[in-house]
Amino acid sequence: MKFLGLLWANLRRRKTRLIVTLLSILVAFFLYTYLSAVKTAFTSGLDIAGADRLVTIHKVSLIQLLPVSYAQRIANVEGVEQVVHATWFGGYYQDPRNQLGVFPTTEAYFDIYPEIGISDEHMQAWRRDRTGVLVGMASMNRFGWKVGDKLPITTSIWGNKNGSDTWEFTIAGTYDAAKEGVDTTAIIFHYDYFNEARAFGQDMVGWYILRIDNPDRAEEISKEIDALFANSPYETKTSPEKAFMQGFMSQIGNIGAIFIAVVGVVFFTLLLVAGNTMAQSVRERTPEIAVLKALGFSNPRIVTMLLAESLLLAVLGGGAGLGLAWWMVTAGGDPTGGYLPAFFVASGDLVAGIAMILFLGLAAGLLPAWQAARLNTVEAFRKVV
Amino acid sequence: MQQATRLSDDATLVRVADLHKQFRRGAETLDVLNGLTLDIPRGEFLALMGPSGSGKTTLLNLLGGIDRPTSGSIHIGGQRIDTLSDSALARWRSRHVGFVFQLYHLLPVLNAEKNVELPLLLTGLGRKERMTRVHAALELVGLSDRAKHKPAELSGGQEQRVGIARAIVTDPDLLLCDEPTGDLDRKSGDQILDLLQAMNREQGKTVIMVTHDPHAAARASRIQHMNKGVLADASEA
Amino acid sequence: MIAWILQAVTVSGMNLRNLPARWGSALVAVAGIGGVVLVLVGILSIANGFKAALTDGTAPENVIVMRSSSTSELDSGVDADQSKVIAEAVRVAKDTDGKPLSSAELFVVVDVPRKSTGTSSNVPLRGVAPEAFKVRETFRLVDGRNFEPGMYEIIVGRGANGQFAGLNVGDSVKWGQNSWQVVGVFETGGAADSEIWADVKTVQDAYRRGNFYSTLRVKLDAADAFDEFKDALTTDPRLNVRVMRETEYYAEQSRLLSGFVSGIGIGVAMLMGLGAIFGAINTMYTAVANRSREIATLRALGFGKSSVIISVLVEAIVLGLAGGLVGGLLAWLIFNGYQVSTLSWSSFSQVTFAFRVTPELLINGTTYAILLGLIGGLLPAFRAVRLPVATALRQL
Repeated sequence: MKFLGLLWANLRRRKTRLIVTLLSILVAFFLYTYLSAVKTAFTSGLDIAGADRLVTIHKVSLIQLLPVSYAQRIANVEGVEQVVHATWFGGYYQDPRNQLGVFPTTEAYFDIYPEIGISDEHMQAWRRDRTGVLVGMASMNRFGWKVGDKLPITTSIWGNKNGSDTWEFTIAGTYDAAKEGVDTTAIIFHYDYFNEARAFGQDMVGWYILRIDNPDRAEEISKEIDALFANSPYETKTSPEKAFMQGFMSQIGNIGAIFIAVVGVVFFTLLLVAGNTMAQSVRERTPEIAVLKALGFSNPRIVTMLLAESLLLAVLGGGAGLGLAWWMVTAGGDPTGGYLPAFFVASGDLVAGIAMILFLGLAAGLLPAWQAARLNTVEAFRKVV
Repeated sequence: MQQATRLSDDATLVRVADLHKQFRRGAETLDVLNGLTLDIPRGEFLALMGPSGSGKTTLLNLLGGIDRPTSGSIHIGGQRIDTLSDSALARWRSRHVGFVFQLYHLLPVLNAEKNVELPLLLTGLGRKERMTRVHAALELVGLSDRAKHKPAELSGGQEQRVGIARAIVTDPDLLLCDEPTGDLDRKSGDQILDLLQAMNREQGKTVIMVTHDPHAAARASRIQHMNKGVLADASEA
Repeated sequence: MIAWILQAVTVSGMNLRNLPARWGSALVAVAGIGGVVLVLVGILSIANGFKAALTDGTAPENVIVMRSSSTSELDSGVDADQSKVIAEAVRVAKDTDGKPLSSAELFVVVDVPRKSTGTSSNVPLRGVAPEAFKVRETFRLVDGRNFEPGMYEIIVGRGANGQFAGLNVGDSVKWGQNSWQVVGVFETGGAADSEIWADVKTVQDAYRRGNFYSTLRVKLDAADAFDEFKDALTTDPRLNVRVMRETEYYAEQSRLLSGFVSGIGIGVAMLMGLGAIFGAINTMYTAVANRSREIATLRALGFGKSSVIISVLVEAIVLGLAGGLVGGLLAWLIFNGYQVSTLSWSSFSQVTFAFRVTPELLINGTTYAILLGLIGGLLPAFRAVRLPVATALRQL
C-alpha cells in the first residue's frame, strides 16, 4: 500500500502516454463487454431453457403443422404433466420489416413458462376479450403501445376468412420477464379465435411444449412420444428445450466462435500496446532502478513493484472499459430496439473479463520486470556517466 | 536519531582483505582491483584519490554491496558481506549503508520528501514515524522548506542535499560518497562538504569519499591514494 | 515552394530510415492497425458473401410473383388457375415452341444434417417444372443427371451438396413417409445453389399441396418490360399478388442479415480503430521523443516546422499503410472463399455462401488503416515542433 504512491507516480511519468495507453485498454474492454452482451443475446435461450420442458415439432421441419388432437395423446404419456401448443403466426406490424413473434395459444402458456409473469388483472382482461392480445414489455416499449390500443397485425401466412391478411386485435394486457434473459418481444392471442377465423388449416398447430415430472427421463419420454406418431401422416420429433434451441442456434452459425475470434485479435493487439508501454517506461528508468537497488530494494521486490505497476495500469483502464460498457448495456438496452430476445452482460463474461484484465497486467509487465531484475547496478550507473 | 541495529562496537568498521575484482569487456578481462587490503576505523572520514581506472569507484561499490569481488573478503562491522545472498545483501545494505552519488540520482517523479522517504519504505515503520524521520533529515540538511519540490525544481546543490538526506534517513553507520561535489560549483560544493563533515563529527558516521578534488579531500581526516587497483603513496598517484 | 517540398522529403526520408531502429514500437502500431483491418474485412466479407450468394446469378429480366402479403417464397401461395393467368400475361418471354417462360414452383423446407456439426438444418426443397431450367439460364448440371418427372428423385445445388451430409449422387434421403433418390448435382451461380430441386407434381403430392404453388419465376421479353407486366398483374381482379425483380427480391432477403452483420462489423471496427489510434499515437510519440535531438538540430539548421510535421505524418501514414496491407492480406488468406451456411430469417432455411473478400473491401480497409495512422500521427507531429528551437536544444 505504501508503495502505491511510487507506482502511480511512475505511471504518470509521461502523462500523454499514460492516458493513451489507458484509453486503449478501456476501448478494448469496452468492446469485449458490449460484444459479450450481443453474444449472450444469441445464446441466452440456451441458459434459461427449462430442464423439465420438452418441445415437440413436426419431424421434417418446424414449418410443418401438427394436428391439435395430438395434445390429448401426448398428455396421456406417463411423466407428462402439462401440454401447451403454439403456432407461428408470421405477423408484422405495419411494415413487413417489423416482423414480430406472434403466437396463438392457450392460457396454459403462462403456466408452462413461469419465467414470464403476468398480473391477474391483465389475465382476466385477456380472458374476457376474444380478440385480445397480451404483449411483452419489450415490444410495448419499442412501439410505444398502451393497454387498450387497437392492434392490427398483418400476417404473411394466415389469411383471415374475411378475405383480409390483416387481423384486428386489442391489447388486453402486458407481461414481463420474471427472470433475466427472458424474451419479452412476443405477442400472445387466443387459439380459439385463431382457429375460427383462419381461412385454412383448421385444427392444426405449429408445435407443442410440454412439462415433464422428471428431467432425468427427458430422453425416454421424448422417444415414447415420437413412437406414438411414428408412421402416421404427421410424424413428430421431440427433444428437450435446450437441445431444440441449440439445434436452432447452430443453424445460424457458430456465434460463440466468431465472438472469441474477434476478442482474441483485439486482446492480442492490446497486449502488444500495453506491453510496449511498460517496456518503454522501464527502459527509461534504468538508472532509477539501479538507484533503488543501491538503496537496498531487492530483486523480488523490484519485480513485484513493476508487476504491480502494470497491473494498476490494466485494472484502471480495463475496469473503466468494463464499467462503461456494463452501464451502457444496462441503461441503454437493446441497440436494435427490440429485435434481440435479451441483452445483458452475463456474470460469467464479467468474471472472465476481470480475469483477462489481471492477465493483461501480469503479461505486459513480465518481460520488463524480468529485465529490471537482471539489471546490473554498476553497469547501469556506468552507462549514465 | 535512533539506531535500527547496531553493528559491533569494534573500533575497526571496515576490513578489506586481498580484494580482487575483474571485469570482462567482450573478450578481454580487466583487472581493476589487484589484491587490495585496507582497514578503516569507525568514525573516520576517508578520502580515496587516484587517477581514473585506479579502481576507487569499484572499491566503493564493493564496500556498499552493490557489486561482488572476484576474490578476497570484506568485513563490515564484523559481518562478512561478500558471501551474503542477494536478498540478504540488499537487506543489509538498506540498513547499514547510505550512498551519495555524483549525479544525485534522485527519482524525478517524486518530490524531495518522497525521495528521502524511499529507503524507509523498506522498513516496517508506520507512516507517521517515517515522516518524522524524513523531516528530521531534511532539517539537518537545511531543506525543510523545499520538501514538496521535485528535483527539476531544485538547484544542483539542493538536489545533492536531498541526496544526503536520503542517505542518512535510515541512520546507517557508513556513508559512501562517489564524487559528491563533482557536478557542483565551488560554493555549493563547500556546503555539501560542510554537511558531510557534520555527519562525520557530530553524528559519528564513517564517511568514505571518492574524489578528484584535493580541495574536497582536504576535508577528510585521512587521504588514501590508489593506483592500478592497489593502495599507493601520494607520490605514485 | 520547391524548397519546402524538398525539405519535407528530406526529413521524411531521415525519419523512415531511422524506423528500423525503432522496430519494436513500429511493430505495435502496425499490428494494432493490422488487427483492425483484419477484423473489419473479415466481418464485412461475411455480409458480402451472403449478399453475393443470393444476388449473383440473377437476371434483370427475371421476376418473382408471389402472394401480395407474403414476405418470402416460404409463406406465399398461388393456385393453378392464377398461375395460368400469370403465364398468359403481357410481356412474358416465349421459348422456341411459343410456350411462355413462366415457372410455377413449390417451396418447402426439409431437414438435413450439417456436415460440420451433424445437427439438423432446414434446407429449401423446390418443386419445379421444365420451365424452371429455361427461366434460369445459368443452370447446368455438374454431376449425375436431372430428375425424371413423377419420380421421387432430387437434384442438389452445389452449395447444399458441400455443406450438408448425405446429398451425394446415389444417396437416398427419407423425409416423412417418402424416400428420395439423389440423382444429380447442379449449379446456377446464384441462390439456388443452396437448394434441393425435384419435380413439382411429386412435391405437391408428397406435401399434400394439391394444385397449389408457392411462387412463379417468370422471364420477361426485356428487362424494361417490368412495369408493364407488374401493372397488368396488380390490376387483374383474379389475382392478389406482388411482383418483384429477382435482383430486388434477393436484395431484400439479404438485407436483414447483411445489414446486421455489416452493422456489427463496422461498429467493432470503429472501436478497434479507436484503440489502434491510441497505439499509433504512442508509437509516434516515442518516435518523436527519440529523435528530439535530431529534430532540434534540423530546425536550428533552418528546416521549417512544416517539414518536420509532414515527416512525422508521412511516417505515420507509412505505418498505417503497412498495417492495412498486412491486415488485408491476412484477411484474404484466412477468410476468402471460406464456405459456411446460415439461416435466412425470411425463408427460414439455409443459405450457403462463401466469405468474399473483394478488392473494394481491401481498398476500403487499407484506406481506413491509413486514416487511422494519420490521425494517430497528428498530435505527436505538432508536439515535435512545439518548443522554440533554443529551448529544445538546451534540453539536450
